[in-house]
Amino acid sequence: MSAHGTATSGTSATSASLEARNLVKDFRLRSGVKSRILHAVRDVSFTLEPGRTIALVGESGSGKSTIARMMAKLEAPSSGEILLDGAPSATGGSRLASYRRDVQMVFQDPFGSLNPFHPIRHHLERPLRIHHPRLSSKEIGARVDELLERVRLSPASTFADRRPHELSGGQRQRVAIARALAPGARFIIADEPVSMLDVSIRLGVLNLLAELQRQEQLGVLYITHDLATARHFSDEILVMYRGEIVERGPSERVILDPQHEYTKTLLEAAADPDRLGRLRDEVRNGG
Amino acid sequence: MDDSQPTLDRAPDDSGYAMGDDAPFQAPVSAEAVRESAREASATAAFAVAQAGRGGRFRHILPSRSGKLINGLVIVGLITLFGIFGPMIAQPPRDSDNDALLPPSAEHWLGTTKLGYDVFSQLAWGTRGSLFIGLVAGVVALVLAIVFGVFAGYFGGVADEVLTLFTNIVLVIPGLPVVMVIAAYVQTAEGLGPLARSSLLVALVLGITGWAGSAVVLRAQARSLRTREYVAAARVAGERPARIIFVEILPNLVPLLAAQFIFGVIFAVLGEAGLSYLGLGPTGSITLGTMLNDAQTGQAVGTGAWWWFVPPGLIIAALGAGLSLINFAIDEVVNPKLRLAPENAKRQRQAAKAGKGVADTGAFA
Ligand SMILES: Nc1ncnc2c1ncn2[C@@H]1O[C@H](COP(=O)(O)OP(=O)(O)OP(=O)(O)O)[C@@H](O)[C@H]1O
Ligand SMILES: [Mg+2]
Repeated sequence: MSAHGTATSGTSATSASLEARNLVKDFRLRSGVKSRILHAVRDVSFTLEPGRTIALVGESGSGKSTIARMMAKLEAPSSGEILLDGAPSATGGSRLASYRRDVQMVFQDPFGSLNPFHPIRHHLERPLRIHHPRLSSKEIGARVDELLERVRLSPASTFADRRPHELSGGQRQRVAIARALAPGARFIIADEPVSMLDVSIRLGVLNLLAELQRQEQLGVLYITHDLATARHFSDEILVMYRGEIVERGPSERVILDPQHEYTKTLLEAAADPDRLGRLRDEVRNGG
Repeated sequence: MDDSQPTLDRAPDDSGYAMGDDAPFQAPVSAEAVRESAREASATAAFAVAQAGRGGRFRHILPSRSGKLINGLVIVGLITLFGIFGPMIAQPPRDSDNDALLPPSAEHWLGTTKLGYDVFSQLAWGTRGSLFIGLVAGVVALVLAIVFGVFAGYFGGVADEVLTLFTNIVLVIPGLPVVMVIAAYVQTAEGLGPLARSSLLVALVLGITGWAGSAVVLRAQARSLRTREYVAAARVAGERPARIIFVEILPNLVPLLAAQFIFGVIFAVLGEAGLSYLGLGPTGSITLGTMLNDAQTGQAVGTGAWWWFVPPGLIIAALGAGLSLINFAIDEVVNPKLRLAPENAKRQRQAAKAGKGVADTGAFA
């Protein structure tokens, strides 16, 4: 999964693809009587393709999660559209259901994204029942075990009936990945999937994600702060700053030969975290 | 669970980060990895303990077995048993063959009323009647509070504004006077048939007027649960709103729902007593409130017939206290700070005794 192929962006594809076209998201912030508009995402376009990973990097508050939530249809864009296999995607009804079957999301917080009341089994059974209503209970049970085994939670029978608080952070995030796979998704939006995990297990989870991606030919949007894993795990990197994509290109090229001032800042900061604040100020004042 | 094999659940690639034919992405993390594996092992052990102890879905939201909870449950349990079984063993409550105003004796444990009714028998039936009204009103109030509170909190937007406006209107209307007006009106209204002046009607009136405070509490909690990632995850999985509310959100509100239900029962039992005392209660059935009303009109206080009005008063007070104790115990689960409050206060007193400035120790922080 090293960087190969060329970056495709902006062009609409008629084959399998998930395309964001000119996405804009404005939030109206109200403080007392005054209200002002926050442009969280400004005119962002990219195309996810089967078997390829796009990394979205950028500082806190640059709008990465907002893009993820729009792609997962948790929020409607202020303007722009999302195309699945070249066709505009729905906002409701049975076409939204089929969108959800194809596009799934892995959330940042493994402690918050599983309902503490329900056992692991519930979290995997529900997407199976919703998207495959014809399956019998026995088949669903078999699929739940199969999903758990695939994310290396084995033996599945010891995990299925536990409650989320009886699992470690890494194990929970594996459950979250299994849940995203359950409907048979072709595209996965992973919003900082390992940032809340212990450093020691991050790579295990990312490697698992990469392996599943290769097996299933998934298209993945990998949102992260971490340029090293972005380089290793993705084919293309989009650098986001204040709601805009300021630089994009094949991962190696962006990391080894950054063009935009902000990308250089990020790279230098990654090499020397103490300088992050000062450098960011310089970029702001300079640009 | 076999504790001797704690690493059974470890993914094989965790230690080596092998990635097929791609170059493994290596990082100097072996010490950390060992620690995490220990953590996962302890999670496994904790699971075994949890399974061995009291398991079940509600385990993590059950109140701890505190003194308050046990006292409350015992008081309410005894009164409930009395309400269920008392009427079976007592003589008919409207049997007026007895002499009037007999003091307590072996034959009439709690004496008789001015009309010669056995007070113990009246008390048993009255307890049953009051509990019935409390339960029905509590359920009605809870359902309305869920509709107006949880739905408003979850859906937000226009639905929230309309539902919350209505809740606030109901909330600011003073309670008992409205109940009195409604009770007086519906009970004289024509066409109600057997419902008129029944305890079911009183229960409905109390339920319909007593939900607004609970709705406000539930709305706030639903609003906060709505932003949880597991609710967003359920939406991404394709769950419908009704299912998200009832399957994903409400189970996590069970302690709060229980507390609001108990609050509704207390409100209804006391409200019924108030209404009946004023002569607006059910006439067809006996409740603790109608007993007090009878004692009042029969001038029990003036004639010194304490056995007539003290027992129903005591049961109302004990029921209110017992239910409140259960509610306090639930509150401690919902809001763990409360459980620590007495300990903190104790620590502060000790610190003050020891001559240390409380403010300096930062005990208030
Ligand atoms: N519901 C909302 N209402 C108002 N403002 C919002 C809302 N959601 C996000 N924002 C704002 O939009 C901007 C982008 O937020 P977003 O969560 O997308 O950032 P991010 O890049 O994911 O940051 P992080 O790396 O910290 O996760 C922020 O300034 C945030 O405050
Ligand atoms: Mg984010």
